[in-house]
Amino acid sequence: MESFTFTHQLFQFMVTGLTIGAIYAMVAIGFNIIYNVTEIINLAQGEFVMTGGLVMVFVHVSLGMPLVIAFVLTVIVVTLLGVVLDRLAIHPIRQPSVMTLIIATVAASMIIKGAAMLVWGKNPYDLPAFSGRVPIDIGGVVLQSQYLWVIGFLVLIAIGLALFFNRTILGKAMRACADNADAARLVGINVQQMILLSFALSAAIGAVAGITFTPIALMDYDRGAMLAVKGFGAAILGGLGSFSGAIVGGVILGLIESFGAGLLLSGYKDAYALMVLLIVLFIRPSGIMGSLELAKFKRF
Amino acid sequence: MLRIRKAPIAAGAVLIVLFPWLAVLTPGLDNYTLVMAFAGIYCLITIGLSLLMGYAGQISLGHAAFYGIGAYVSGALTTQYGLNPWLCMLIGALVTALVAVAIGAPSLKLRGHYLAMATLAFGIIVNIIFREEMRWTGGPDGMVGIPGLALFGHSLDSITKYYYLVWAVVAVAFLFAINLIQSPVGRALRAIHTSEPAASAMGINIAHYKVMVFTFSAVLAALAGSLYAHFMNFIDPNSFSLFFSIKLIIMIALGGMHSIWGAMIGAILIAFLSFEWLHHFGEFEVVVYGAVLLLVIIFLPNGLAGLPKMVMERIRR
Repeated sequence: MESFTFTHQLFQFMVTGLTIGAIYAMVAIGFNIIYNVTEIINLAQGEFVMTGGLVMVFVHVSLGMPLVIAFVLTVIVVTLLGVVLDRLAIHPIRQPSVMTLIIATVAASMIIKGAAMLVWGKNPYDLPAFSGRVPIDIGGVVLQSQYLWVIGFLVLIAIGLALFFNRTILGKAMRACADNADAARLVGINVQQMILLSFALSAAIGAVAGITFTPIALMDYDRGAMLAVKGFGAAILGGLGSFSGAIVGGVILGLIESFGAGLLLSGYKDAYALMVLLIVLFIRPSGIMGSLELAKFKRF
Repeated sequence: MLRIRKAPIAAGAVLIVLFPWLAVLTPGLDNYTLVMAFAGIYCLITIGLSLLMGYAGQISLGHAAFYGIGAYVSGALTTQYGLNPWLCMLIGALVTALVAVAIGAPSLKLRGHYLAMATLAFGIIVNIIFREEMRWTGGPDGMVGIPGLALFGHSLDSITKYYYLVWAVVAVAFLFAINLIQSPVGRALRAIHTSEPAASAMGINIAHYKVMVFTFSAVLAALAGSLYAHFMNFIDPNSFSLFFSIKLIIMIALGGMHSIWGAMIGAILIAFLSFEWLHHFGEFEVVVYGAVLLLVIIFLPNGLAGLPKMVMERIRR
């Protein structure tokens, strides 16, 4: 009986890890989209997730709009936030360097976080799960349906992005900017527009992460920074710039965190992912699927 | 090329020496000596960070961790083993130097954002350790009863005495940094900042210099942490959080990254902002800090220290 519950527990850790990992993967994908086009590490990425969750709470719970409409509205609002971030914080910088751009995104994340505290206060908010909180029973193992929604949305985003970047002119134009911005400009691609689009796209993905995650873990104004750092850890682990790497990195990080908190010290829950980030940076900074050779061609 | 101008240094020194008297004489400003003591502690950190960011071109988002390690080594060793506070300060600096080399050496070999992200992660991990290792750190509630400092049997028990101690240490660090910039090391650092390939072609060992500056800045932060711990007699993890690391960046950016003077002006301004002027914003000060940082980065890329030059160029045009 003892071992039976232990396997159940392990399974539970695995499902939780996969779900958290899917969220980290979404944040990591957001990092990659912006990094590929602009070579900026957008430290405000976590604030997109936070605002996604809180705006959804406002639209769906406070205003009582139906789930689907609230979902779409929230994604639109956060996407606009991404556009505003690029226009007000990134675009005006006249001497872009790694340092000034990182500082600008830090400043923006502080403003967004503070504004969220003004609007929503410090309390965490809950959101009803998309298909109720009745757990699904699979052969004696209980599973929250929201977990499946999170993983499902990650799959949806991955397929959508693959189609977008490989099959559409716009997506190919963005990839051209990622390869060589000057050459892209020469063939008539509006690089500024592509940068704007990259911020909008990764804000939208951040919003989806926030909306799907809030029913599981609640959401408050202060969650952004930690989500951003862990998402970055996932991006680095997978290889900065690689989308498949982001998913693999996110899932590994989520599993490490879930098993680490469950089996080792739970107080260090937030530290495991960061330790992995440090170890990867030191041992293999190109990550699992990235290429250090390719990184040498990046400006920053 | 760059000479040390003695007049501003002398003027600054006189101002610092006279400040406590001026503050006491002016009604309503008697609290300012205390604020300036904190400002001195911040200056110590920003002098090192200015070398790192302005001269070596690297950004650290985790210096609060080094500040914290200094403070916690001082606190733990004095309260648990009754060691001499000065000795603890030295041990704290040594421990921090070792940690800084361990963190800096691998990440400084890489370019760009890697040090930023490594220090960011490191800072958060250290803060979690401060919260979790109750036995050594007192956990989230912090650590009380850290003894004050004494010099030649004379206890530094008043704010004014401590003010002079802090600023004496700042003066030493300042002179050291100013001279370092003039030395071959300083020229090597500026070369690295301008162009790494060019500096490397001239035979400068880039990684070596970067690690050296990073370690030096970490040690200064640790000393500042020890001074803080023995001054407050109490420390808790909140003083060494990510927010403080970002505040340090704001100080540097506001004052001007490419100038030690700017780093000190920024530290003093932010000290007054956080202890005196931002009180009525309460917890929303984070928005003010964010806005200040963003505006500075966009409109004053060289900070306040670069302002005179910017104004002159505007006028000439």
